[in-house]
Amino acid sequence: MDMTKADLTGARRPSLLHRFLTLPFWSALRREPLGFAGVIVLALLVLVALSAPLLAPYDPNRQVLDSSLLSPSSSHWAGTDEFGRDIFSRLVWGARLTLRTVFSVSAIVGPIGLIIGVVAGYFGGRVDAVLMRLTDIVLSFPSLVLALAFAAAIGPGLNTAIVAISLTSWPPIARLARAEALVVRNSDYVSAARMYDASNLRLLTLYIAPMCIPSVVVRLTLNMATITLTAASLGFLGLGAQPPAPEWGAMISAGRKYMIDYWWVAVMPGLAILLTSLAFNVVGDTLRDILDPRHERG
Amino acid sequence: MNVIEVRGLDVSYGKNESTNHVVRSLDFDVRAGETLGIVGESGCGKSTVLRCLAGLESGWGGSIHVDGKPVSWRRTRDELRRMQLVFQDPFGSLHPRHRIGRTIAEPLRCMGQEASDQTVRAALIQVGLPAEFAHRFPHELSGGQRQRVAIARALILAPEILLLDEPTSALDVSVQAEVLNLLADKKAEEKLTYVLVSHDLSVISHMCDRILVMKDGIFVDEFAPGVIATGAAHHNYARHLIEASFF
Amino acid sequence: MNAAEPTLDIRNLRVTYARGIVAAVDGIDLQLAGGRLGIVGESGSGKSTVGRAIMRLLSSSARVEADRMMFAGMDLARLGERALRQLRGKQMALIMQDPRYSLNPVLTIGAQVAEAAHLHLGLRGKAAQQAGAEMLARVRIQNVARVTGLYPHQISGGMGQRVMIAMMLIARPRLVIADEPTSALDVSVRAEVLELLDSLVREQGSSLILISHDIRMVAAFCDEVAVMYRGRVVEKLAQLENAAHPYTRGLLAALPDPKHPVARLATLDRALLSQLETSR
Repeated sequence: MDMTKADLTGARRPSLLHRFLTLPFWSALRREPLGFAGVIVLALLVLVALSAPLLAPYDPNRQVLDSSLLSPSSSHWAGTDEFGRDIFSRLVWGARLTLRTVFSVSAIVGPIGLIIGVVAGYFGGRVDAVLMRLTDIVLSFPSLVLALAFAAAIGPGLNTAIVAISLTSWPPIARLARAEALVVRNSDYVSAARMYDASNLRLLTLYIAPMCIPSVVVRLTLNMATITLTAASLGFLGLGAQPPAPEWGAMISAGRKYMIDYWWVAVMPGLAILLTSLAFNVVGDTLRDILDPRHERG
Repeated sequence: MNVIEVRGLDVSYGKNESTNHVVRSLDFDVRAGETLGIVGESGCGKSTVLRCLAGLESGWGGSIHVDGKPVSWRRTRDELRRMQLVFQDPFGSLHPRHRIGRTIAEPLRCMGQEASDQTVRAALIQVGLPAEFAHRFPHELSGGQRQRVAIARALILAPEILLLDEPTSALDVSVQAEVLNLLADKKAEEKLTYVLVSHDLSVISHMCDRILVMKDGIFVDEFAPGVIATGAAHHNYARHLIEASFF
Repeated sequence: MNAAEPTLDIRNLRVTYARGIVAAVDGIDLQLAGGRLGIVGESGSGKSTVGRAIMRLLSSSARVEADRMMFAGMDLARLGERALRQLRGKQMALIMQDPRYSLNPVLTIGAQVAEAAHLHLGLRGKAAQQAGAEMLARVRIQNVARVTGLYPHQISGGMGQRVMIAMMLIARPRLVIADEPTSALDVSVRAEVLELLDSLVREQGSSLILISHDIRMVAAFCDEVAVMYRGRVVEKLAQLENAAHPYTRGLLAALPDPKHPVARLATLDRALLSQLETSR
């Protein structure tokens, strides 16, 4: 591509995909074995969720009562539950529910937190005071309790869980984005932009917000572990996805009655939750190490 | 003719007991076509004066007239265009995620003017950089090259007055010479007026027609650069500064 | 040890970084027996790397090689980390650019100087505090009693650098390496701090290596100036007037001098320099 002739003002650039694949991020990731493992686990999880109909050996909701509570074997890798449903198939389908919750919440919370934080940090003064007091109020609610109340008020279900978790998990993101914006707004290149009369909207969207995105992404990834756990907790309490949906938390809840004699019924979904939230945590930590040089390890 | 007239400029931060009176009722003029130097040590208020002129500070007292018209804390687009500022730190004054070409085109776009490739190319060549640099990011450039980009960005709006805040103190001596030469060339070509702030008397005396010595928010002395060689400054502090700079 | 033997004797010092192809320091000889040596260079010339290589303070990704690396009769290249730790502070000291980052922000000045006295002189309690206070008085801090109770953020840069000098010189080290000791300070206190450092070093009979980008300042204070460019010493000078290498001459010409005003500053002929580099 001849780039020297045209396009000096930077209007056209290499394709997004190309830029994504050539990010120094990927070579940095190779030097972090643990983080690399975390990324692989998450990638597998997404793959499993996408191809659930192909991977699951049985229908997750088909009850075969004469084969109930079978222990793990070659025909039922994770055993069967009290209704004779194949637990492995249910876990595979459950990955869809978990990931849908996690990614929906992140997609709601990330932009909201970023916008509130950046606006508060950039304008300061009264705007900052109002937005941050609002943040403090939401932050002072225990998130699970608020989610419980919300789910109880408008009826349980997966979407309720998503909205309820979103309601309580934006404040930390907003605070983080505000702190970043406070630093960036005083930098020289923003002052220079003020000198050529860049509008507030332009400064916010093109000068300040992009610099806050890396740390917000890190925080979101770390948050995903918490969201996984909160979603499972809501499921466990019967306020998330409703039976017979193979929600991991709900599966543990159902399995706890049989836990003493048939451990796999509760342990298998527990392992799935553990693995998922661990992977999110590890990837979040690694992202922070790569994206934020201030946290560099010695 | 005076392009800038400052009367009773006063800046203080904080309130009540912890008031920090940075600039104390300054009067000074900047004449058309001259280079005015303000020299002083850290915390004397010299950068604050420059930021007040640039319109980056609010809450100052007194009056500033540019071309005979008073300006306030908030500037109009035309008032901003007339005066541009070059910052000290070439690492912090360029948007780290924008390519050089975009950095230089931004002022024109924000001011609602045409920003063609031709303009950007000319602006880069004008400050002694190859036009291909438009595709690079700031972190791919050296400190001196970045400062050239910052100068190109300031000049692209065709300002009449260029405010320079320690433009070379983050640079190596050999690069400093190149940047100072560039500034001198641009001044001659574009008939600019400079206000140069620095802690470095040798830079100030090389560049300036008139030197103001600032200490604790006031000007304590004013002299021509020739005075430095003869050591005939009036004020004790100015003499001390000259001695300390060239022992 | 006989008098002719230098305190520091370094032959063909090379420093390379794991991922770098070019050597940061590329074959440097230094001999120092008392007296003051200046190392001058621009950013990236490797001047700071030399100081840290002598102190063996470089990170593990740096490879340090030398034909000879002797300090006070000891082979620096062979000493273990424990012996080096003994050496640093007691026998050689490093004074860095910005006292704000070298002082512990949560301890008072007095406590930090007393800590240095404890570490290097083996003094405890009152005796350490006493020795610290005396040292502070020696770096010409007025009203020592008040200053010992202050925290680093409450004192000026010049005073902070004097406190650093007090801490570093309390053990009477044989070699003091000062890396840009004044460039974070205001012009009017620079000379003071340098003179202080100079007189203390003379008093104690230590050797001083002064590393800086400011060739005029270094030349004014040092017996000999080594000019570094791209990891090599291009020239050693006793006086700036004798500069012969085009880099040194270019550097001097690029400095604005109010006593000899010029319309345009001379700039380095980088093409000529890289030609010289390749023809080596």
